[in-house]
Amino acid sequence: MTAAASVPRMPSGRRRILGRDTRTAYLYLVPAFLVMAAITFYPLLFQTWMSFTDFQIGNLRNPATAPWVGLSNYQKILESRLGIPNFDFIRMIAFNLFWALSNVILHVVIGVGIAVLLNSPGLKFKKFYRALFILPVIIPPLIVATVWRNMFDTSNGAVNLGLQAVGGLFKIPAEAFNIDWLRQVQEPIAFLPLPLAYFALLAANTWLGWPLNSVVATGALQSIPHELYEAAEMDGASSWQKFRTVTIPFLRPAMVPYAIYGFVITFNLFYLSYFMSGGGPNGQTELLVTQAYKLVDEQRLYGVAAAFSIFIFFILLVITIFANRAAKATASFDA
Amino acid sequence: MATITAAVPRRRLLSRTRTPSSERKMPWRRQLVLQVLCLFVAFTVLFPVLWIVSLAVDPRGLTRPDGLNLIPPGATLKAFQEVLVQPTSNPISFLELAFNSFKLAIGTAIFSVMIGVFAAYAFSRLQFRGRQLLMLAILAVLMLPAAATLAPLFVQLNAINIGGFNLRQSLVGVGLAIISGLLPFAIWNLKGYLDTIPKELEEAAAVDGANRNQTFIRIILPLAVPALAVTAFLGFVAGWTEFFFTTIFLPAGSKETTLAVALNMLVGQFATTTPWSKFSAFAIMFALPVSVVYLLLQKYIVSGLAVGGVKG
Repeated sequence: MTAAASVPRMPSGRRRILGRDTRTAYLYLVPAFLVMAAITFYPLLFQTWMSFTDFQIGNLRNPATAPWVGLSNYQKILESRLGIPNFDFIRMIAFNLFWALSNVILHVVIGVGIAVLLNSPGLKFKKFYRALFILPVIIPPLIVATVWRNMFDTSNGAVNLGLQAVGGLFKIPAEAFNIDWLRQVQEPIAFLPLPLAYFALLAANTWLGWPLNSVVATGALQSIPHELYEAAEMDGASSWQKFRTVTIPFLRPAMVPYAIYGFVITFNLFYLSYFMSGGGPNGQTELLVTQAYKLVDEQRLYGVAAAFSIFIFFILLVITIFANRAAKATASFDA
Repeated sequence: MATITAAVPRRRLLSRTRTPSSERKMPWRRQLVLQVLCLFVAFTVLFPVLWIVSLAVDPRGLTRPDGLNLIPPGATLKAFQEVLVQPTSNPISFLELAFNSFKLAIGTAIFSVMIGVFAAYAFSRLQFRGRQLLMLAILAVLMLPAAATLAPLFVQLNAINIGGFNLRQSLVGVGLAIISGLLPFAIWNLKGYLDTIPKELEEAAAVDGANRNQTFIRIILPLAVPALAVTAFLGFVAGWTEFFFTTIFLPAGSKETTLAVALNMLVGQFATTTPWSKFSAFAIMFALPVSVVYLLLQKYIVSGLAVGGVKG
């Protein structure tokens, strides 16, 4: 930094500084917003127009020729009349919400559990475990999805082979474990409308998801002053009471925002559903994002896909607003 | 976890309360139980990786494994060799695929970070009219999955033809589609980091007579290098494994096809005849470069976690 020879004039007025800032700010923003205007905001506007047209493959050469159909695309989606087998919009939204919620709950519970486990004073090899448990995070999700697809293979997958090996110890015949994880139509739990593929996806995503929650929880755990536990011990608190009254209040401010972030990420998780179950069986594990992809890639219904994306936008908007409310509500709670 | 601590007999807890907590010794029986638990978790974490490695080095060239041999007899690297030469039925080598993925990843990452850091600085430090509104616009885009802009980007990029060159069917078009989501991410991620740089540094520079541009270039940018590197790396990983736009945009058999598309051909619905050793070797070579760098940058990445992830 070159030292100025003279002390600069003190600003004569606040407005002048602000004015100068505004001009500099716009200068700094111009490149990014020019690019975003062209490839982010304009496509989103264009998409809104597309959603009111019957845009099909024939209109690709000249987009202006797409016939205006009003709200028909929206109506068809809402009424699940797209001519796609097993397409049920309401069921898909319900499943997608349940998928994200069940995953996040599992991730947070397991992540916090293992963070607490690795935070036990006197535990040996902590550093080794912490380093090892980051493994699922560093492998790209696309590759994780294909590997788990392979592991859930019916006749040669690692999961069934492993179950056969363990079952053999208890004299259970190997044929009992030729489980068609990703395609079995019959639901494993009679009163739950969830296919086996859901549980396979859940297992893979739990493997993928808990370690980062554990990292976040570990950071929060290490910020808890030790005196609080000592004070609780003096009051004769049990382990569970200490966990509930000391650990959880400290974890909450770190975990709640991360859980919300995890919810949105999981809600939009393309790779696992697409590569493992392909949305099957009978479209039961289809997510909004995989369906949006198929509307363009397979059905080539561009107008419908645009309307579908607008639905996704509003669903995520509602989730974000709701999540922010929930985050604020929990933050003010005994904080 | 609660169940684990609850399972410990009550008497032990009481006796523990008498020892000062500065003394960090764990009763051996508790140590044993917790170690078994940790080892079990370690096993579940390692298992998929061991499985893929064992498939990849299996010497017998089996289309399918004949059992759960985590260390197959007479391991070999033949599958890696085959994958290097020609991983899929397309006449394209692994290195050519990797080079395409690399071009896509490095181009989108560097472009987004270079442009993004200016906007991030404006959002982080400058007061200007419309700041709230523009930040909201960025947040709204960040919230959207890539799927939500797929249809218009396809149609619009497809409409751009220069001579015989169709933008949508090229890696440049795919790159633009990636930047559409990556740039807002880069801005947001970098803003989060710039917010943590103490304002006193800039005030000191201002006292020394530096203007905004000088402060930004000489004070902020050097301090932001780790954040720039991490953001660029996260963008690189997103581009390196980009599947969504690449498969839809590029025509079948394109010379510009990438590793992610090839991986899908090895594992997808038409891949029932692919030897699993080949798939595994491919997956390992695909993941290894970014996984190693991720491991090295892990500390910096994790500290910026709350900020957000790249959409996929």
